[in-house]
Amino acid sequence: MKTKLKGVSYAKWGYIFSIPFIVIFLIFSLYPTIYTTILGFTDCVGLNNTSWKFLDEPFKNFETILKNQSFITSLKNTVIIWVMNFIPQITMALLLAAIFTSHRNEIRGKGFFKVVFYMPNIITAASVAILFNALFSYPIGPVNDIIVSVGEFLHKINLIDEPYKEYNFFVDKVAAKIIVAFIQFLTWYGNTMIVLISGILGISPDIYEAAEIDGANGWQTFFKITVPNLKTVLLYTLITSLVGGLNMYDIPKLFLEGGPDNSTLTTSVFIYNQAFSGSYLFNRASAASMILFVLIGILSAVLFWIMRDKDEARENKERKAAMREAKKKGAMNKWQ
Amino acid sequence: MAVVAGKSSGNVVFKILAYTLCILLAVVSLFPFVIMIINATRSTTQIQQHAVSLVPSTYFFSNLDVLTDKSFDPLKGFFNSLIVSSFSTICTIYFSTMTAYALVAYDWKLRKPFFTLIMCILMIPAQVTSIGFYQFMYKIGMTNNFLALILPAIASPTTVFFMRQYMIPSLPMEILQSGRIDGAGEFRIFNQIVLPMMKPAMATQAIFAFVTSWNSLFLPQILLIDNNKHTLPIMVSQLNGDIYRTEFGAIYLGLFLTVLPVLVIYFLLSKHIIAGVALGGVKG
Repeated sequence: MKTKLKGVSYAKWGYIFSIPFIVIFLIFSLYPTIYTTILGFTDCVGLNNTSWKFLDEPFKNFETILKNQSFITSLKNTVIIWVMNFIPQITMALLLAAIFTSHRNEIRGKGFFKVVFYMPNIITAASVAILFNALFSYPIGPVNDIIVSVGEFLHKINLIDEPYKEYNFFVDKVAAKIIVAFIQFLTWYGNTMIVLISGILGISPDIYEAAEIDGANGWQTFFKITVPNLKTVLLYTLITSLVGGLNMYDIPKLFLEGGPDNSTLTTSVFIYNQAFSGSYLFNRASAASMILFVLIGILSAVLFWIMRDKDEARENKERKAAMREAKKKGAMNKWQ
Repeated sequence: MAVVAGKSSGNVVFKILAYTLCILLAVVSLFPFVIMIINATRSTTQIQQHAVSLVPSTYFFSNLDVLTDKSFDPLKGFFNSLIVSSFSTICTIYFSTMTAYALVAYDWKLRKPFFTLIMCILMIPAQVTSIGFYQFMYKIGMTNNFLALILPAIASPTTVFFMRQYMIPSLPMEILQSGRIDGAGEFRIFNQIVLPMMKPAMATQAIFAFVTSWNSLFLPQILLIDNNKHTLPIMVSQLNGDIYRTEFGAIYLGLFLTVLPVLVIYFLLSKHIIAGVALGGVKG
């Protein structure tokens, strides 16, 4: 785009209009990032401590954190909970997206379903976590109420010998993890579904028409056309979900404070607990933050690499090779 | 599409399965919130006898009394949240549009590197840098200050990204040129010509910026220690504490009051919100 008029250059306005963003980014984002990194190498401990110095062994905090059993547990938990939420989430979202975009079978009430499915996503995660804490509470809570009522009913019609008792979900490590993953699933499947629907609607209808003419059935169309064409959108979903999932804080923190026995302790909750409770170990929290930061960076890079467009990469290579060939031949190319 | 007379049985099965799944998921998605709203009107004794009920009761105001007796001030939290969310939304929208404008309308040397930078910081979650952020804010005495939550909103890479995507096809350069010929300065062109043209995109992004800010817990929880400065999510986080341990009616009511503004926004604007998500997803 030419932005010159009567020989006046407007380029400087590009810089001027970017100043607010850059200044605020430097002060409130870049500086804190560097500051966090630096704190990881210091002895900064205790609330409101501003006089700290570098450690003699610079990597002491990182070593301590990596040897910390709770940190390792929190990393494992984060990954486990993320996987337990993401697999059903993407499966359900794909399934719903396929249903909602099906040409052969128009579903009624799509608008209503979309509004309902997306709703949990917009509601304050903190409130959702506390709500689920109340729903699963023991011995009196809606879920236990349902369990007991169903048990009584089944007992009455002689399907089971003993009516079900209330179950204490809060002391069961596996149940607690499943519930956190379920809340995570519930709050995000609608969002993922809508993103996938818009991805599917972006695929050229010609391809579908051609498939129909060739006699492809619903399954074939879905797996051979929809899924491969959604690759970029799926990558986007995967990465945003991964970054969000590795930072999971509100729900595990408020649902059971990371309990029982650290079974829902995620890395972000661990970092918060290190820094803002107990002995205010800012240096170790910083070290843990940086480890998480690097981890997120590596995972995103790996994902980008795995999901990169292989055809495009090959084409690029071929084009470069062809250009090199052409350069070797030199003179001939100049004629063209 | 033409309606085929004899529909194959496969289609019927597909429809039955599809509707069953959709209705089931709708129930699962709505159930927790329906329980929340109904139990907000029921007394703790009623909830203890039967925690699930589809019939509202009449204890709304007595629950409110219990709730507000114990240092829970939903109005205060509401106004604090409103101040933080409104101002950070204004900052996000105005300055993100400005940054996007710089990226779209002008041809400057560092334009491409700057955009790459924005794409990179898109990936950095605020939480991993929060320790340094807190220490920095403490040093300059900005803990308990809403500005610490509002000012960073000026640099919002996600919003810049979406505003840029929207602006590229919809901002005709000819209009800028004619503005210049008429003698308008660059700032005036931006404020009086570009901003009005970007209204639809700004509105959509404003909803997301507002809701994200309204729902955020981590940074406010770290920075706002003073009880008088607490936002709604911080107040919600205290509902789990010991003082409410057995007051179920009050807990449900507290939850209901905190999500009410978001629910109202959502049901008024759900069409725009869902269209906005479809544009490329926004992670809170």
